[in-house]
Amino acid sequence: MDLKIQTKNLDFYYGEVQALRRVTLEVKEHQITALIGPSGCGKTTFLRTLNRMNDIIPRSRLEGEVLLDGQNIYDNGVDVVEVRKRVGMVFQQPNPFPKSIYENVAFGSKMLGMNHSAVLDEVVEKSLRQAALWDEVKDDLKRSALMLSGGQQQRLCIARVLAVEPEVILMDEPCSALDPAATLKIEELMQELKKEYTIVIVTHNMQQAARVSDLTGFFLLGELVEYGTTGELFSRPRDRRTEDYITGRFG
Amino acid sequence: MRLSPKLTQRIAWGFIWAAGISAVVILLLIVVYVIARGLPVFGSEFFFSEPKGGISGEGGISSVFVSTIWLIATTMVILIPLGIGAAIYLAEYAPDNWLTRLIRYGVELLAGVPSIVFGLFGFAIFVMALNFSYSILAGALTLACLLLPFLIRSAEEAMKVVPRSYREAALALGATKWQMTKSVVLPAAIPGIITGIILCVGGVVAESACLYVTMGGSAGMPTSFFDGGRSLAVHVFYLAMETNALDKALATGAVLIVLILIINLITRWLAWRFRARMEGKA
Repeated sequence: MDLKIQTKNLDFYYGEVQALRRVTLEVKEHQITALIGPSGCGKTTFLRTLNRMNDIIPRSRLEGEVLLDGQNIYDNGVDVVEVRKRVGMVFQQPNPFPKSIYENVAFGSKMLGMNHSAVLDEVVEKSLRQAALWDEVKDDLKRSALMLSGGQQQRLCIARVLAVEPEVILMDEPCSALDPAATLKIEELMQELKKEYTIVIVTHNMQQAARVSDLTGFFLLGELVEYGTTGELFSRPRDRRTEDYITGRFG
Repeated sequence: MRLSPKLTQRIAWGFIWAAGISAVVILLLIVVYVIARGLPVFGSEFFFSEPKGGISGEGGISSVFVSTIWLIATTMVILIPLGIGAAIYLAEYAPDNWLTRLIRYGVELLAGVPSIVFGLFGFAIFVMALNFSYSILAGALTLACLLLPFLIRSAEEAMKVVPRSYREAALALGATKWQMTKSVVLPAAIPGIITGIILCVGGVVAESACLYVTMGGSAGMPTSFFDGGRSLAVHVFYLAMETNALDKALATGAVLIVLILIINLITRWLAWRFRARMEGKA
C-alpha cells in the first residue's frame, strides 16, 4: 500500500498552548484512516494541518513536516491553494453556501476559471452521482442548497469537494450533526469513495471508526498514543490508555 | 410595596407597547402633516419650473430636483467603491495589529464629526484649493467624506457576520482569499451593505449646511457636475427662511420624503435581484 501523507514530528501551538506533540503518522492511499480520542485531544487540529486550514488561525504555529506524496506542504514556495485542491475537506456542520445546489457543486470548478456550461453540467452531475445525491436532487438543481435536509446537505458538501477532484478527503466528524439513517448513507458512501480517494476521518464515535476505517489512530492530550489497523487497535490495543478509552473507562 | 411579577410584566408590556406605538404615530403625523400641507401646491408649475426667487417664493423645484439627483448619483459613484473597498480591507485583509486598530479608531472618530466641519473642509479643499468652485462635484466629494466612515462601518459589520463556516468551505475548496471574498462573503453580506447604502442616500438628501458651503445655492438647472446647484434640503431651508412660501417648503419636503421612499424601494429590488442571481435562482 502506497504512502499518501506522512507527518513527521508535528508540533502545533495555539499561541502558547501546545495542541499537538511530535505527531508522526502515515496515511495510506485508498484506505480510510480514522482518528479517535476525547474532546480536545488534538485530532481535529491534526486533521486541519493536513490541508493547511490552520493557517488562517491567528498566532498559531507549526513545527515538523507534513509530506504529501513526499513533498512537504509547509515548504516555502508551496502554493496553499494548490494543496487545498489536492486535499479537500468536509466539515462537522454541513456548510453549503447560500446558493443553489448547482452553484454549490460548480463552485470549485468556477474558482479554477471553468465557465463552459456543458462541462460544468457534467462535473455537477458526476459529482452528485458520486456523492449518492443525484437521484434526490436532479429534478431541481436550481433549488437553494439550504432547503435540503442535514444529511443531504452533508452529501452536497461531499459532492462539492469531489467536483474539484482531490486526491485526499479530510472529514471532520461529518456525521455528528446527522441522524442514524443519514449517517449510514455517508458511511456507505465512504466505502465507495475509498476506491478512488484517500480518506482521513475524525470521529467521536468509536463504533463508527470500527465500522468504516482500515486504520485507526488514538489521540490523547495532543499525542498520537497508538496507531495501527482498526482490527488490531480495537481488539488488542497495545497501550493501556487506548484500552481504557475504547472500553469506555474515560472519554 | 412589592409588585407581583405578573403585574410588573403587565406594566412593562404596556409601557413598551405605548413607546412603540407613539414612535410610529409621531412619524406618521409628521409625514401626513407635510404631505397634506404640501399637496395643494403640487402641480405642473411646481414640478416643471425653476425657482424664480422673491419674497413669495415664485416658481417650482425642477432644477433643484435635478441637482439633487445629480448630487446623489455623483456621491454614490465616489462613495460606494471607496467604502466597500475599505470595508473589505478591514474585514478580510487587515492584520490584527496597532495600525488596523488605529484605522478603525479613526473611522469611528470621523463618524462623530459634525457635518458642518466636513463642509468647511470641503470648502477649503475642493472649492478653494482644487478650484472646483461651488459645484455638484465639490458637494459630492464632501458628502462622500462625510458618509464614508458610516458606510465603511456598516459594510464591515455586514461582512463580519458572514459565518466562518462559509469562508472555511470556500478556502478548503481551493479558493483564493479574493475569490472567497467575492463569491461567498460579499453576496452573503449584500443585504447589510445595501441597508448601509440606503442610509447614505438618506444622508445625502438630508444634508443642508455642509452643501450650502460646497455646492452653493444656485437655483439654475445644472448641465454638468461642475455646475453649482441647490439640493432639495437647501431649497427647503431657503424657502422657510427667505420667503413666506411655507406651503412650498412643505411641498418640497414631501417630495424629499417620496424621493427617499422610491430610492429605498429601487435599492431593495436591486439587492433582491442580485441575491437571487448569486444564489442561482434567477
